[in-house]
Amino acid sequence: MDIGAINDEQVELLLSDLLEHHGYDFTGYSKASLKRRITRLYGLDKALSFAEFRYKIINDNSYFKRFVEQITVNVTEMFRDPAFFKTLRDDVLPALGTYPFIRIWLAGCSTGEEAYSISIILKELNLLHKSLIYATDLNPVVLEKAAQGMFAMSQMKQYSENYIASGGTKDFSTYYTANYSLAKFNEELKSKMIFSTHNLVSDHSFNEFQLILCRNVLIYFDRDLQHQVLDLFNESLEELGYLALGTKETIDFSNIAKYYKRVPANKIWRKIK
Amino acid sequence: MTGCEALVIGGSAGSLEVLLKALPVLDVTLTFPIIIVIHRKHGADSLLPDLLSSRTRLRVKEIDEKEAIIAGTIYIAPSDYHLLIEQNRTFSLDYSEKINYSRPAIDVTFQTAAEVYKNKLACLLLSGSNADGVNGLKTVKRWGGLALIQDPDSAQVAYMPAQAKLHVEIDEILSIENIGEFINSLK
Repeated sequence: MDIGAINDEQVELLLSDLLEHHGYDFTGYSKASLKRRITRLYGLDKALSFAEFRYKIINDNSYFKRFVEQITVNVTEMFRDPAFFKTLRDDVLPALGTYPFIRIWLAGCSTGEEAYSISIILKELNLLHKSLIYATDLNPVVLEKAAQGMFAMSQMKQYSENYIASGGTKDFSTYYTANYSLAKFNEELKSKMIFSTHNLVSDHSFNEFQLILCRNVLIYFDRDLQHQVLDLFNESLEELGYLALGTKETIDFSNIAKYYKRVPANKIWRKIK
Repeated sequence: MTGCEALVIGGSAGSLEVLLKALPVLDVTLTFPIIIVIHRKHGADSLLPDLLSSRTRLRVKEIDEKEAIIAGTIYIAPSDYHLLIEQNRTFSLDYSEKINYSRPAIDVTFQTAAEVYKNKLACLLLSGSNADGVNGLKTVKRWGGLALIQDPDSAQVAYMPAQAKLHVEIDEILSIENIGEFINSLK
């Protein structure tokens, strides 16, 4: 990849185009990552010139969609960080299981691997029937994939190992049927999922939840935007609800930290007032 | 090099023992940060900073995202994230696709560091078994930085520094014994 193909000023131009013409605000994103993604796409699509690249993003709606999909990171897996999912299984979800109804928000769900992971645990804890998982992402393309519930067969060995390491005891392959190179997950697992676009930068709180998961999304935001999004989560979380972030993310140094108590050894915080 | 503002060290198989030998030699008055990107298995997080900090009086820490980069500190990239340097001299992390089968990829850190520190950057590539870091060193050179490699003949796995030697104009080829002193000479 020719890292010099796009300069900082051109990145700024594209970001203001996105805001002005499409209403997508990426100005609070971490610049180094964004620039890498944009440079990568520029090389991949062999744009003739920066001007042409820019023109297409502004005027060609299908290319704009591709652009958003490609500059955001959509890499995810099932039961990533098994220790985290073990805590969900052993502590967090059983605590929420005492409620008559469990509302979960999976913010930045990407292609849905985590939504299906949570659904599997809820089913095994016999809580799925009274749960709802709101899976949101800013990107409609990944939500369509998430709603299909089909993941690469080649990943299943890894996911099965993650599942077992997270405390799963069933035969993981009972949750899907193999269809050539794809594993199609059982319909029941998505019966309690609602997929919807939601942009953490510009959209507001839309419900109250007992559990909000947003893992490896905040790393793409600068500190100010991180704090703004944490405020949004705080508004959207019931008292005694849980907030779960990625392994390297934290609510420390934010305004909301004082209202939360950390679940030991995990990036999970409980709202105490 | 005068006015060195950062040293980034990349390594893979066989690089740990090099670091363990070089760290005790380092001056505690180091005037720039050292940023270490080592390929390692996901989940083995906490051990490496402890191991390295037992060999030096400099502060050693695993990187937190958005952390400000401070001179005189040795930073270790966390496993399973790419490590990027921002123009405002903070770290950011990224969970995008592996590069050269690696996450963290040395290329990503070298390249983003090159754009920030330009000709005030030194990058050192150690022992390893794939070509990660080679493209990164090219970028470092293009921005006027210093490209350094461990002498492939001294490397447990020569492939990585040998690839760099083949494809990049290297400024210094360092034996294991000379690495610590060379770092001290970067001012």
